[in-house]
Amino acid sequence: MKPLKSLLLLVTAAGLLCGQNAGNWLTYSGNDAGHRYSSLNQITKGNVAKLRPLWVYQIDKTDKFEASPIVRDGIMYITEPPSDVTALETNSGRVLWKYKRVLPDDMPVCCGKVNRGVAILGDRVFIGTLDAHLVALDASTGNVLWDVKAADYKTGYTSSVAPLIVKDKVIIGSAGGEFGVRGYLAAYDAATGKQAWRFWTIPAAGEKGTETWKDDSYKFGSGTTWVTGSYDAALNTIYWGTGNPGPDWNGVKRLGDNLYSNSLIALDADTGKMKWYFQFTPHDVLDLDSTQTPVLADIQWKGAPRKVVMFANRNAFYYVLDRQTGEYLLGKSYVRQTWAKPELDAKGRPTWMPNTHPTPQGTAVYPNSPGATNFQAPSYSPQTKLHYVMTRDEGGVFYSGDDTYKQGSWYLAGRFVSKPGEEARGAVKAIDPQTGTAKWEFPMFAPSWAGVLSEAGGVVFSATWEGDMIALDDSTGKLLWRFPMGGNVFANPVTFLSGGKQVVAIAAGHALFTFALE
Amino acid sequence: MWKHALLILSLAPAWAQLPTDAASLQAGKKAYEWHCAFCHGAGSDGFAANLASPRLTYAPTDTSLMNIIRTGISGTGMPPALGMSDVEIRQVAAYVRSLGRTAPQKVPGDAAKGKALYSGKGGCAACHMTGGAGGRMGPDLSDIGIRRAPVSLRTSIVNADAVVVPGWAQVNAELSGGGKVSGVRLNEDTFSIQIRDASGKIHSLAKSRITKLEKNAAKSTMPSYEGKLSGSEIDDIVAFLFSLRGGL
Repeated sequence: MKPLKSLLLLVTAAGLLCGQNAGNWLTYSGNDAGHRYSSLNQITKGNVAKLRPLWVYQIDKTDKFEASPIVRDGIMYITEPPSDVTALETNSGRVLWKYKRVLPDDMPVCCGKVNRGVAILGDRVFIGTLDAHLVALDASTGNVLWDVKAADYKTGYTSSVAPLIVKDKVIIGSAGGEFGVRGYLAAYDAATGKQAWRFWTIPAAGEKGTETWKDDSYKFGSGTTWVTGSYDAALNTIYWGTGNPGPDWNGVKRLGDNLYSNSLIALDADTGKMKWYFQFTPHDVLDLDSTQTPVLADIQWKGAPRKVVMFANRNAFYYVLDRQTGEYLLGKSYVRQTWAKPELDAKGRPTWMPNTHPTPQGTAVYPNSPGATNFQAPSYSPQTKLHYVMTRDEGGVFYSGDDTYKQGSWYLAGRFVSKPGEEARGAVKAIDPQTGTAKWEFPMFAPSWAGVLSEAGGVVFSATWEGDMIALDDSTGKLLWRFPMGGNVFANPVTFLSGGKQVVAIAAGHALFTFALE
Repeated sequence: MWKHALLILSLAPAWAQLPTDAASLQAGKKAYEWHCAFCHGAGSDGFAANLASPRLTYAPTDTSLMNIIRTGISGTGMPPALGMSDVEIRQVAAYVRSLGRTAPQKVPGDAAKGKALYSGKGGCAACHMTGGAGGRMGPDLSDIGIRRAPVSLRTSIVNADAVVVPGWAQVNAELSGGGKVSGVRLNEDTFSIQIRDASGKIHSLAKSRITKLEKNAAKSTMPSYEGKLSGSEIDDIVAFLFSLRGGL
């Protein structure tokens, strides 16, 4: 009797714990592995058609609303553009507190005054601000607990990424890759705001890697880290993607592979020291940031269990790597591309096709600079073992120019336009990591900037560019439900429990929409 | 403190005004050719708005002009400036204003005769509105004289497919169970398309009903008038259209 009772207690405790965690959405991707998957299963293929709006929260800003919400115990924490934080009740959508950051008006900003979300640990909420600070707020009041300058915005640095919590540290990335900054990933002590380590993505004078940059071009090398990475606690390793080398569209002054731009970097979580790297696009001249979400999973690979990282890259290739060693296992084109030979070499290195570099007259290439996918979060379902990716199919015409680096100024050396006369297309693709091919795809009229969410009820959620929230069957891609939200989507969906009921949320236009079963 | 206030007072008007010196205009021209000319042409011969105009629809003031260059115009093809510094934005704005200060082009045709041809033989009014009257199949032409240059107007009349304004391309939809709808696309999304047919009727079609959807972004719904109107008649219509300035 006694063992049974203990067992029951244990099961109950575990159930509560799991239930609590499953009911919350505690990190950017929902878990450290970058899955954007929930074990909640109230919403199923069978009942998803009964989803209805629960509440809508409107923001009074006109910049793009890119926040991925964090939810804990009935409170949702979102960022609003440019660098504000709002705490809402999940059952009513009513505001509990707001943090409004006053920003300088002389900031060099690339692509909108945006922010993709907060991180949470204990009684603290963390935001990386557009002026490149990291700020800790009291989760209950929004009061500032500490505010540290991660970098000098006047030199072109910004921060738009949602921070990642790793043990007692807050990991924050950099943006500013169009201003010739030196990219970094930094860890701060969550309690004090003291910097624990900083990994520079571009080597300094005298360091290994500078030989991959012509002359001293590494000084303006960019390689920023503007989308949240992943973490493997068992391997004590952080995985994070890096952005384009600077300047974007003319590589003449920076001949060489340009390490560690456009790479996946694996860092020791305690020291920030690099364990390995894998460069997807050496010497990029098309602005193909490899800042997508690394998806970690333990899968069967050729008959044996293997710890892998899967990566659907902006360069239109899908990769599977061994995440302990960085060994290349698979690489396959998953969206139309013309810049590289269809087959990567034995180590996963691409071969540029002739006449695909930008020229003063313009060169037509697929994909366009926004890439085959970009900052749209992918999802991985351990149930279907499929990797769901929002894809874009659009050609570009690339022009090379000349820019001389000047601190705080644009450093592009070129430009691109969409291929004239063509309508771009989009699709959610369910990629099988065993083969790198799509098991199904849901085609869309236009490429969407929405991310993808999967859950244990067998439903994949995303949104079209035109603002339709959509629910798809996770094994067939069949459309099960949709709701027109009436605004373009630049954000990722999340799911959580509110009052015991499963809710799905996403930002569209200038509002946050939530849905629950009627 | 007082000294600072004076300094700010004396600087503020200078910053509000666009530069007019030759070096700034030359720099503005260079930046314009790199960033803007792809759509707006080298001066007034692009497919986007004709900037060689004393009045710009969306930019009545210099401040609004600079804001538009910086942030684009939502819902149009005008994107935000990527890669332009504040100084360059001021220089480009100054250059654009200098384009507008040039004397209006002289056109060879007779605007009064063109007006008669527009409503009569040309049949233009059946599809285009001017001043609140006319058809709905094509763009409103009430201020076409400040949006398009004479050379561009002439090109479009002779060969409508030369410049197809986005949103005015021909669309043909074949429906399951028979039936066909042709016209211009008012909206399209993943699940539906809305088409206005030649009679002005709006058809809202679920994509699930459509068996074949033909879209040709390079094909205008407008006929070409080459051979249908004489060279001088086309000159007259161009003169009339160029005189349409939205009440300016």
